[in-house]
Amino acid sequence: MTMPFYVAPEQVMKDRADYARKGIARGRALAAAVYDSGIVICAENPSQTLRKISEIYDRIAFAGVGKYNEFDQLRIAGVRAADLKGYAYSREDVDARSLANQYASILGQIFTHEMKPMEVEILVAEVGATRDDDRLFHILYDGTVMDEDHFTVLGGEAEAISARLEEAWNDSLDLSGALKAAVGALAGPDRALTAAELEAAVLERTDARRAFRRLELDERTALLA
Amino acid sequence: MWDSSRPRRPRATITHGTTVVAIRFRDGVVMAGDRRATSGNLISHRAIEKVFPADRHSGVAIAGAAGPAMDMVKLFQLQLEHYEKVEASALSLDGKANQLSTMVRNHLPAAMQGLVVVPLFAGYDVARGAGRLFQYDVTGGRYEESNFSSTGSGSLHASTVIKLGFREGLSREEALDLAINALFTAADEDSATGGPDVVRGIYPTMATITSDGFERVTEAEVAERFGALIESLGQREAQGRGRVAETASDHGGLRS
Repeated sequence: MTMPFYVAPEQVMKDRADYARKGIARGRALAAAVYDSGIVICAENPSQTLRKISEIYDRIAFAGVGKYNEFDQLRIAGVRAADLKGYAYSREDVDARSLANQYASILGQIFTHEMKPMEVEILVAEVGATRDDDRLFHILYDGTVMDEDHFTVLGGEAEAISARLEEAWNDSLDLSGALKAAVGALAGPDRALTAAELEAAVLERTDARRAFRRLELDERTALLA
Repeated sequence: MWDSSRPRRPRATITHGTTVVAIRFRDGVVMAGDRRATSGNLISHRAIEKVFPADRHSGVAIAGAAGPAMDMVKLFQLQLEHYEKVEASALSLDGKANQLSTMVRNHLPAAMQGLVVVPLFAGYDVARGAGRLFQYDVTGGRYEESNFSSTGSGSLHASTVIKLGFREGLSREEALDLAINALFTAADEDSATGGPDVVRGIYPTMATITSDGFERVTEAEVAERFGALIESLGQREAQGRGRVAETASDHGGLRS
């Protein structure tokens, strides 16, 4: 009878994390930033049909980077969880924090118990009644949750993009300003991104029930001009 | 011994909803419903809502047992929104009508126990660029109507009024006035349908569904249109030759 080689658990975890990180770094990054009347989320995405950013619930949006089929599974699970909770209790009982916790536990479980971790990083954003109630939860492939304040960057080269966004962002930006800051940070100093290469959506602080709205090409072009 | 001639009624009194109508017009569909809910011969609610948005481009109106009907609407709205979010596009209008049909059919066992729910579904078909409306029966049967539809206890009177006043290419204002006339007549003839409540300022719920989506008609506009109808009816009444005592038969005709 053969004995399996002993591999230290530290090594197993490190290998899995490296695997997930490599998968995520292959894809393009995504940024989200708070502006004066909401949250804008923006990603490099040449496809107009396969979305990285989408609506979860009235005031909650989802965004993912990495392997499309994996974050899309998570997106659908989130929509289902939110819709069920809102139906069973009340619409106002659905919140981003609880959703982020559910995502964290799913990702954590898969990271430790499955053969292969999920190669994704996701964002759960919620626009509140006031700016202080806005939430940005950034969740990593291993279930780590980060509660970000004004902006967050997901995906490959996140650190460099984050540093650029830190410089460009301030708390008096309007939608156009915030979108420009996010796009500039995603592009970096050596290239420019056009409206057609982007996907963008906002969560608006309005009285309407559903705060999520996609920014279509015309509007993106106008905002970036 | 059990008396088989006695009608069997549910032991608990159940709140029922009443007259709702939908009329196609030039830009889409008008939906309207009265506000009265009854339990047996008592009025249980004076300001209940019977016309709801189903999603951006469609609406649903209900008649029948209020509790299950409201629950059906809530689940229907949820299913349309859930589909839209998961699939990243809204269902077709036929798809929505079919979904509601399944829900009514699944409700059949409860309907057989006396908890009948009969909805009316109408919407703006974005693909066809026209308003469309559907009525249902308790078995989930779905029947598309071309011009107008009505359901609930006062629907017979309401649909007669609409039938006489309907023509192709009604404007928004004409369609609203026709619906108002139909609801007024239904309330006039059917005790379970509520008329305009001028004392409390409660008027039927009305909405239009066009390419711009589902839009409620403001309470002020509904009140104004009802006011105009009541005034014109009042003038007509004043020109009459006086009222016949409806209980008296011995002088068999006009008062002298």
